[in-house]
Amino acid sequence: MTNIEQLIDGVLKGDRRSIAKTISFIEDDLPESRKAVSLLYPHTGKAYIVGMTGPPGSGKSTLIQKLVEELRRRGKTVGVVAVDPSSPFTGGAFLGDRVRMQELSTDEGVFIRSMATRGSLGALAKATKDAVKVLDASGKDVVIVETVGAGQSEVEIVKVAHTIVVVMAPGLGDDIQAIKAGIMEIGDIFVVNKADRENVNKAILDIETMLNMNPEKEKWKPPVLKTTAITGEGITILLDKIDQHKKYFEAGAIDTRNRQRVETELVEAIKEKVAESIVDDLKQKGDLDKLVQKILAKEMDPYSAASMLLAKRLEWFKTG
Amino acid sequence: MSSERRIRVVVAKPGLDSHDRGAKIIARAFRDAGMEVIYTGLRQTPEQIVETALQEDVDVIALSILSGAHLTLFPKIMELLKHRGLDDILVFAGGIIPKEDIPHLKKIGIAEVFGPGTPTDTLVKFVLENMHGRR
Repeated sequence: MTNIEQLIDGVLKGDRRSIAKTISFIEDDLPESRKAVSLLYPHTGKAYIVGMTGPPGSGKSTLIQKLVEELRRRGKTVGVVAVDPSSPFTGGAFLGDRVRMQELSTDEGVFIRSMATRGSLGALAKATKDAVKVLDASGKDVVIVETVGAGQSEVEIVKVAHTIVVVMAPGLGDDIQAIKAGIMEIGDIFVVNKADRENVNKAILDIETMLNMNPEKEKWKPPVLKTTAITGEGITILLDKIDQHKKYFEAGAIDTRNRQRVETELVEAIKEKVAESIVDDLKQKGDLDKLVQKILAKEMDPYSAASMLLAKRLEWFKTG
Repeated sequence: MSSERRIRVVVAKPGLDSHDRGAKIIARAFRDAGMEVIYTGLRQTPEQIVETALQEDVDVIALSILSGAHLTLFPKIMELLKHRGLDDILVFAGGIIPKEDIPHLKKIGIAEVFGPGTPTDTLVKFVLENMHGRR
């Protein structure tokens, strides 16, 4: 068995070291990471994926800890991927979500991985999807993905999760009002956490009002729940709602979302391959620099250059 | 900036002391130096620290301790690391650790012990210089 095959074998057996190493392998974009994902792919699709999104300070991490504890009580194994932003200047990251979940570190049925966005422009790391696949293939019943909570770009979570939970808290300024339209449309369940605070009922009302403005696309009406994560209040109800949504999802009602997910992934993979093939060729021939100079001198614009390159490459495919 | 490899560091406070300012300062310094820092917070047991290091596939473990319990906790941590096959991780410590204990700690595998007030640049430099080619 090659190194990768050994790693994947370990993942399928649930070996934690193999899981950790495989996630790193893929995250670091090492040459054979695509192969690793291909080997894992047939073994994915069993885990139920829950996305947790929402503004910073809403208590997502504490809420996740309580959810995981409850899931464990119900006999489920859980994977958690917690994403935090990389500094655009230094490339470094402070990954602090684990602090709230540390008691779970030594639970054999839980695997927690912190990931930095690393150059990805959104709320998810590029490798998040693949990290979820690794945890899925390792046999976890549920995988929870916690996003950065960066606003508009949080809609990326749709590409990854079956059920999306939007977590907010009262008193975070104008937050409820300022929630971008995108979030209101992708949330399957809305949670007002820190429900022991003032203005919780106003927050709930604000969310319900905004939701009523959405066109009715599906039969699922997103509920708005109250939780106080620190005390655990509302957690069982939240989990029951997630379960409800899961049944709704699996009954094929949102087969389109699954299809969309796979389609998006395929299209992205194709774009990546095509871009790679063209850029690698340019670099090999030493033409990339020349092209950049031409564009700087305004002899060409980037878009015509790209069209020209694509046309050339297609010709090459035909004849080469 | 791409999805390329970054140095991953766990900053942990083993034992019962609750002074985390130093640990947070170090964590931020490492982040500013381009590393990914998994900050685990207070009151970590050796088992929690090692398990975190394993799941997060880290290159470095930075232990911050001011309670004087290093002679009990550090050997336990090093033993667990060895047992889990993680003894190629770079481990160093900082905080209140008497000079006379340092040789013993180095013997059990703690690469270096830094006193309070060590400039963060020194720590960053130390990590960069001692990174083993782990992957």
